[in-house]
Order: sequence, then structure tokens, then C-alpha cells
Amino acid sequence: MSPAELSQLLHRHHGDPNRLLQMLREVQAAAGWVSPEVITELAKGLTLPRARVEGVATFYTLLATRPRGEYQVLFADNIIERFHGSVALRERLCAALGVAPGALRPDGRVSVGTTSCIGLSDQPASLLVNGLAIARLTVERVDAIAALIGQRAPLDQWPAELFHVDEPIRRAGLLLGAHLEPGAAVRAALARSSEALLEELKRSKLRGRGGAGFSTHDKWRAARDAPGPTRFVVCNADEGEPGTFKDRTLLRRQLDAVLDGMTVAAHAIGAQRGFIYLRGEYLFIAPAIEAALAARRAAHLLGRDVLGRTGFDFDLELHLGAGAYVCGEESALLESLEGRRGIPRRRPPYPVTHGYLQRPTVVNNVETFASVAHVALAGGARFAELGTERSTGTRVHSVSGDCARPGLYELPMGASVRELLDACGAEAPIQAVQVGGPSRTLLSPRELDRALCFEDLPSAGAFMVFGPQRDLLEVVASFARFFAHESCGFCTPCRVGTTQLQGAVDALVGGRGTRRDVRHALRLCALMRDASHCGLGTTAGRPFMQLYEKFKPTIERSLSSLEFRPTFDLDEALAPARALTGRDDERAHLEDP
Amino acid sequence: MKGTFTLDGSEVPFHEGQTVLEAARDAGRYIPHLCAHPEFEPHGSCRVCTVKAEGRMAAACTLPAREGLAVESATDELRELRRGLVQLLFVEGNHFCPSCEKSGDCQLQAVGYALEVRSLHFPQLFPDRPLDASHPDVLLDFNRCILCELCVRASAEVDHKSVFALGGRGIDKHLIVNAESGRLADTSLSVTDTAVGVCPVGVILKKGRGFTVPLGQRTYDRAPIDAPPEKAGKP
Amino acid sequence: MKKLKVATASLAGCFGCHMSLLDIDERLFTLLEKVELDRSPLTDFKQFGPCDLGLVEGGLCNAENVEVLRELRRHCKVLVAVGACAINGGLPAQRNHLDVRECLTSVYGRTVPDDPELPLPLDRVHAINDVVKVDYFLPGCPPSAEALWHFLDDFLNGRTPHLGHGLISYD
Ligand SMILES: Cc1cc2nc3c(=O)[nH]c(=O)nc-3n(C[C@H](O)[C@H](O)[C@H](O)COP(=O)(O)O)c2cc1C
Ligand code: SF4
Ligand code: SF4
Ligand code: SF4
Repeated sequence: MSPAELSQLLHRHHGDPNRLLQMLREVQAAAGWVSPEVITELAKGLTLPRARVEGVATFYTLLATRPRGEYQVLFADNIIERFHGSVALRERLCAALGVAPGALRPDGRVSVGTTSCIGLSDQPASLLVNGLAIARLTVERVDAIAALIGQRAPLDQWPAELFHVDEPIRRAGLLLGAHLEPGAAVRAALARSSEALLEELKRSKLRGRGGAGFSTHDKWRAARDAPGPTRFVVCNADEGEPGTFKDRTLLRRQLDAVLDGMTVAAHAIGAQRGFIYLRGEYLFIAPAIEAALAARRAAHLLGRDVLGRTGFDFDLELHLGAGAYVCGEESALLESLEGRRGIPRRRPPYPVTHGYLQRPTVVNNVETFASVAHVALAGGARFAELGTERSTGTRVHSVSGDCARPGLYELPMGASVRELLDACGAEAPIQAVQVGGPSRTLLSPRELDRALCFEDLPSAGAFMVFGPQRDLLEVVASFARFFAHESCGFCTPCRVGTTQLQGAVDALVGGRGTRRDVRHALRLCALMRDASHCGLGTTAGRPFMQLYEKFKPTIERSLSSLEFRPTFDLDEALAPARALTGRDDERAHLEDP
Repeated sequence: MKGTFTLDGSEVPFHEGQTVLEAARDAGRYIPHLCAHPEFEPHGSCRVCTVKAEGRMAAACTLPAREGLAVESATDELRELRRGLVQLLFVEGNHFCPSCEKSGDCQLQAVGYALEVRSLHFPQLFPDRPLDASHPDVLLDFNRCILCELCVRASAEVDHKSVFALGGRGIDKHLIVNAESGRLADTSLSVTDTAVGVCPVGVILKKGRGFTVPLGQRTYDRAPIDAPPEKAGKP
Repeated sequence: MKKLKVATASLAGCFGCHMSLLDIDERLFTLLEKVELDRSPLTDFKQFGPCDLGLVEGGLCNAENVEVLRELRRHCKVLVAVGACAINGGLPAQRNHLDVRECLTSVYGRTVPDDPELPLPLDRVHAINDVVKVDYFLPGCPPSAEALWHFLDDFLNGRTPHLGHGLISYD
């Protein structure tokens, strides 16, 4: 990047250090990587310590601080993708391009790596090329990609069809079936005082859809009552939990409901500004969001005096993440919004009083805001008619895995697991279902009558089905790899524990595991659960623990010898010295016991 | 506002705004910790000070003291948990105490002793972390970094230099210095900076000062880290 | 009372731990009233016999270390890792971030000897509990004579060994 381009970039972002991540994303897009020189210049331009900028640049998966090629391909390495042959497809692409996995081709043209789930498990396998998603990979599509890269075709000349992302809505309800006029919910909200609006929200008993199920009313009221003149509304569209993609669909099919919901929130709590924090992997949705924001400004749904209401000034900005699951945690998200490394904050204080820029802030999930629009339109009581006593409304499930019809299913809260399995055409026998992604619940076939709601199975919406042909250890190993890759590294138990757990589980998958590995793994799970700083670490051990509790025979079968086995392959460890000395005598080998 | 809470059954007074760890320290009660330091804001990253308060685990350094709170610390369960954390810190880096200048004055070691950590339990990761000997007065041996960020905080808040920061993520997280070359010599660090003295382990070392105190007379040779305050080793 | 049989081995270590054992001075006599030494660098036996206790100094650098360690493990009821090298690889493990091939070529130049009598090095130096089950760990470089004596005394008298301040040390 030239100095002139850099100074333009700084200018466009008003030299605002809070926008550092956005600037780094633009540098990445323009130059293909963030070079040390650019880091130095950005730091100067923003009067930040250089090391602080470097710290941010090296935190996010989608930013490269070493050259990674004109074409940077990242295969989604989720277990669903693996079961759809992503490993073989990746190898095929590497072979076609003559590049080693993870490495940069010597001519600097291309690299092919992996990343976590990119929110396309309903249409696996999938990848990102220079940040843009390509789904439904087949041998043919991979060969086409190889050819385009081979010809050095610019991305904007690739067939648009390659980048097409489906939205397989299989069952629509209150949210997905709606046809809302942009601004309809804002109008309805403005007809009420903010207090009346909060009362309506209370009546709806709406609970947050991001996973924890916190009362939306309580959160908003706390933010409204917090002292200070400035308030913020933040939409959490980070959707990083493997197997979840319903926010993608809501943003593409019900965007105005979401934006209405955010504007309603602004009215309720007295906020002037809001942000949509969109995961970087959803770059392909960004243009539509920007367009909708522009349209809403033109229609006076955003900006000064929204819908003519004097004094109601509210505007929204789109912020993109850059590949970090932990940024879905609300306080890490706020750090990231402020242009920093996505490290979860210490609590208390909570975002409702000390959020963005330490001001009162509500952070809600995409689906929560979409639900809010319906509460504002039809009233809280109507909303509460749906679902169960303590989980009102509907829930959009992201269904993937071994079933005939993966996709989006909106069901009233409280539907049973079996109902959803029947709806998606999952054939018996089912081996297991993962509800809510790796951080939630692994269900055995004995638990299929459990209810999908906060009282029983809280979930951020992921629903992965595993048939009898699947190796659950491989599933758990994939989850362990996910947590190790996504740990922010702030606290000891999660930083080191996730990597250690990955090692122990990999040993089990490879057939080298022993009871000692099982004991180590369980100890690590407990350690992470009890001592971690945030939800990522406290839940990182759940998949293995639940496998141990519910599928013990799967673990038992994998154990090599019953008590002890070397932690590494002894004979393999002699291989380098054997090769160098040319020896192959008996003493140049070690056998496993 | 003032009040008292209980730590392992006996009362500890606190005043408004104190955390459990701060109040315990003022009362001369030891809760093992590494990243907490009286001069700096609580951090909560090493998790070694994890206690159980009303059935829930929490880091004592960030847990606000509250009237009547019942805090457990010296239980077998928590000792075992802390032992695990210390072991994870050991296997994450390369700690070869016999050749470390900090040995005997090192808090990681001293906490390990206090918890009677005798083995590593987990496989060692053996990271490759080259030294930085570029600076005339200060050596950095990253092999021993436990990522407590005390140097980061000291350099930013006290020295106003921001010489240190963290880079990378997860297990690849590492200490970086404020220079494009990545060399300490190219930063504004001076040997008199507060940041140079705060490292609880043997990463930031003043050159030419090693091994001056004879064995047996180093900080934690004299008294263990968990001894009552009048005797305890002060680094 | 029947004497307890004790074997010791020095793998990739410096013999310091064995020296420390000799440093328990006159208590050696008390010890020898209660124990009988099996194969050990301190005796002439060539093979391990059935033992109650095995003390291992040093980590695993090469194939021979692994073979000796496994032999010892097979023959003793309780195996103790004595000293830093047995517990975490110690000084020899400082080569672990290097490629073993580079280590060999920089020592031997282009012609690395292929003599079958020379033990072949492992790609990395390992702690002994990476290869066999270890029952107790006695840290120190070396553990002090006091610590060793304390451990042996507890062990011989059937107490769970417990190392307090001054006895536990990593250097
Ligand atoms: C590791 C981690 C990742 C999370 N990821 C998301 C996410 O991608 N989207 C989301 O809405 N909430 C996520 N959450 C939950 C948020 O912290 C927060 O509770 C939520 O955004 C609040 O919105 P709600 O009340 O509408 O559910 C995550 C939490 C943790 C601990
Ligand atoms: S638990 Fe993991 S993700 Fe959360 S703060 Fe700790 S290291 Fe970071
Ligand atoms: S920093 Fe402490 S624990 Fe690490 S090698 Fe030095 S003395 Fe040992
Ligand atoms: S260098 Fe020392 S003070 Fe700085 S983070 Fe590492 S261990 Fe902490």
C-alpha cells in the first residue's frame, strides 16, 4: 500500500483508533496482507503504540501478517464439512494448484488453509476465497476454482453463480414468514412511550437468542436506567458457533425486521448510535446491509429526527469482524468494536452500564432484534402466546448433518428434538444430536423427547444430526480443535487447556489413547470449566465430558492398551537419526510395548 | 462502606471497592496468585487465585468483596485446581530452573512449591522462542513468559512507553515489543523502567546481574511465598 | 525384616542425582540396613532383578535410555523420577526446538557415525513419564540429600512422602 493510499484510508476513517480493525480489514483486502511497514504507518497515523496495532493485526484469523498470496483460500474445517469430504476437496485443490496445505506457493500466487465453521453447514463443503464464501463444493466446483486461480482471473470476474449462497428455509414461522414494511415496527414503537414499550417487552417475556437467554426487558431497562447521556445499541451478528447459520438467513431475508428491532431498542433505551457487528466470514452480506442502511436513511428511518420524531436521532454503522469466535462474547465484541484484540472484559461492570466506550450499551442477537420487531408490532401478549411458559416466541434452528433436508426451521419454543428430526428427514437410527453447537449439549438417542427451549435445552440455534456411520470421537476431536483455534489466549486454563485437550483427544482418535489420556482429558475439562474467564473456556470441555458420560463405549473402544502407552511414537522418534546414519539394525528401532 | 466476609471460615475485613484478593492481602491472608500485583488494576488472567464463593468458582482478584460472602480457598479441591493451572503454565513454556537467573526469586516456582507441584502431569509443548539480547542492559528470555501482562501494564501505565504488548491468539499468544524490527534495542526501554522490575518470572532480566545471591539466601529460600506476611519472601 | 530391593538408573542425566544420594552421608548406613541395592551405577549387577523401588535419574535422549527405563519399569513395583531431567527432560531437552539432524551434523560434520553400538538419538528429549508410568516425582537439580533422605525415610516407613518448604525445589 502506498503512503497516499494509507493516508486516504486514515482520512476515510477520521483517524479514529476505534476503527482500527476496519482499517486493517481494508488493508488486508487491498494488499492481501498487513505488512510490518503498514502497521508502523497506521500506528503513527493513529498515534497508537505500534505494538498495540501489531497485537490487533495478529489476533484475527482473516488478517494475514505474512504474505498469503493473491488468492487466499480457507476451507471451513467444521465437522459437518469434513463429513462432506472437505479434506479430500482441499487436498484436490492443493494438488491442482501445486501448493502444500497451509503454505504459500513459492510464486506467491496462492495459499490454501483452513478456518473454523463459516456458517454454511447447510450447504457443505464451503470455503472462503479472499474472504468471500463459496458453498456446495464438489469436485467440479473445486476444479473450476483451481482453473480460475490458474488463469489468474480477478475475483470479480469469477462466475457469480460460484458465490451464490442458498437460504433453504424449510419451515417459516413468525419471523421467517413475515412480510414487514421497513419501519413498520419503528412506527408502532413510536406510538408508545419508551416506558410503555418496555412494559410491552416485559409482557412478551422475550429472552435473548444468543444463547444465554437473558431477559431482554431486564437488559434494556438496566441500560436505560444507567446514568449518562450517551447510549448504544449493538447487534451481535458474529454467529460463530459451529453449525449455526440462522442469523445469516435473518440478515438476508428479514433484514428490515432486524434493523427495525434495533431502532426500537434505541427508542426504548434512548440510544443515539448503534452497530451491527457482522462476522467477517459474512462479507458477502455486507453490501446488502450497507444498501439497506442507505435506504433507511433516505426514508428517515435512520438519522436525525427518525420518522419526524423531534429529538429521536439514531444511526447505525456496520462493523465487520475478522475471524474470531470469541468476539461473539459480548464484551469481547465491544473490545473488537473499539478496535482492539477481542479479549472478554472483566465483569462486573457489565455492558448495560459500561459497554461501548464505557457507556451503557445493549448487545443483542440478530434473532432477538427480529423478535423485538414483532413484539413492537403485535404487542407482548401476542408474542407470549407462542412457545412455553418461560420461553416465549419461536426459535430458528440451523439444521445440518445427516438428514434429508438441512436448512432453516422455525418452530415455536419448546418443540421436541424428535419433532425437528422428523421435520428435517433424519432417518433412524440416530446416533447423536448436537444441540446448540459444541458449547452446548450432545444428546444420545435416549434424549430425543427433550424440549428445545431455555428450560431444557438452551441453544443458539445449531442442530447437528449424526447418523450411525459417524465416529463421535472424530466429532469431539473437531470440536476440541475448534476451541483450541478460537481460544483468545487471555487466561491460562483455556489458552493451554484447549491445546492440551486437543492433544489428548487426537491421541484417542488415532488409536494411541490410553486411560491416562482419558484421565488427563477429564481433568482438563474440569479445570477449564472451573477456572476459565469466559464462556468459551468454561464450555470448551463439554463435548468430551458429555461423550464420556453418554457414550462411554465409544471411548472404551478407542483405547489402545488399558493403562499405559508412550505419549509419542517411539520408533517414529528415531526416524530422523536413522535416516541420517543410514542405520536399520535392530538397535536402531524401538517397538511399542 | 466497610464490611467483613469469611475466608475459609475466618473473618476478613474489607472496604468499599476492594476485591477478595486485596482484602485478604491486607489482612495478611495468602491466596496464591501470579498476575495480580498491588500496584496494578486486577487482571484475572492466570486464574491461580481461583476461589469458591457460595458454591461458585471465581478469581479472587476480580471478585468484589461483599458483606457476609463465604469464600473457600485452602481446600483440597482448590489446591488441586491451582496445581493444574501451574502445571499448564510450566508445560506451555520452557522452564529450566537450574539455568534460570530468576530461580529462587521466581513467583511461578514459589507458587509451585507452595502447592507442592512435583510433576508436570501434562505433555510439554516445547515452543521455539528465541531470546532477545539486543538491548544493552536488558535481556528477554521469552521461554519463561507466563503472559501475565504485568510488564505490559507497567510500561503503559507507569512508564508511559508501551514497550510491551501481546500478539497472536490462543496458544500462539506471545509477548511483543514496540518496534518494527521486533528487537528490544529498538524500543525506548530503559533499564530503570518499572516494567523491567515487575516480571514475576525470569523473562525480563537485567544484564550482568545474574546469580549474585547465593543459594539458600534467595527470596523464597528464606521463606515460602505463603508464609505469614512478616516472614514471607518479598520479590 | 526383609530388606527392600532398590535399583537405580542414570539415563540422560549428569549423575548429580546419584551424587546427591551419596550425600546423605552417615544416613547411608541406616539406609543400607534396610535396603539392598540391585542393578545400579553404584553396583556391579548387569541385569535388573525384581525390585521394590526404582530410582531414575535423567531423561530420555536415545534408544538405549528408553530400553533401560523399560527394563527397570518391568522389574520394580514403585518407580520414582528423580531430578529435573527425569521429570521434564532437563538440560538435554534444551535441544528440543532444534532439528535432531542439525544437532548431529553440527557435531559430527558430514559423516555421522553409523556404528550399531552407538545409541540412536530420539528426535526430542522426553521426560520419563512420557514412556512409562511413574509413581512419584522428586524434583530438584539435583534434589537435595535432605529431600532424598526424607523421601526414602517416608517410603521405607510406609508414609506418603510429602515435601515441604526447603525440600521441594526445581533447581
Ligand atoms: C464464546 C462466546 C461466543 C458467543 N457468540 C455469540 C454469537 O455469535 N452471537 C450472539 O448473539 N451471542 C453470542 N454469545 C452470547 C453473547 O455474549 C451475548 O450473551 C448475546 O449476544 C446477548 O444477546 P441476547 O441477549 O440477545 O442473547 C457468545 C458468548 C460466548 C461466551
Ligand atoms: S476462557 Fe478462553 S476465550 Fe475466554 S478469556 Fe479465557 S482464554 Fe480467552
Ligand atoms: S522463570 Fe521461574 S519457573 Fe521458569 S525457569 Fe525461571 S525460575 Fe524456573
Ligand atoms: S515478560 Fe514477565 S511480566 Fe511480561 S507478560 Fe511475560 S511473565 Fe508477565
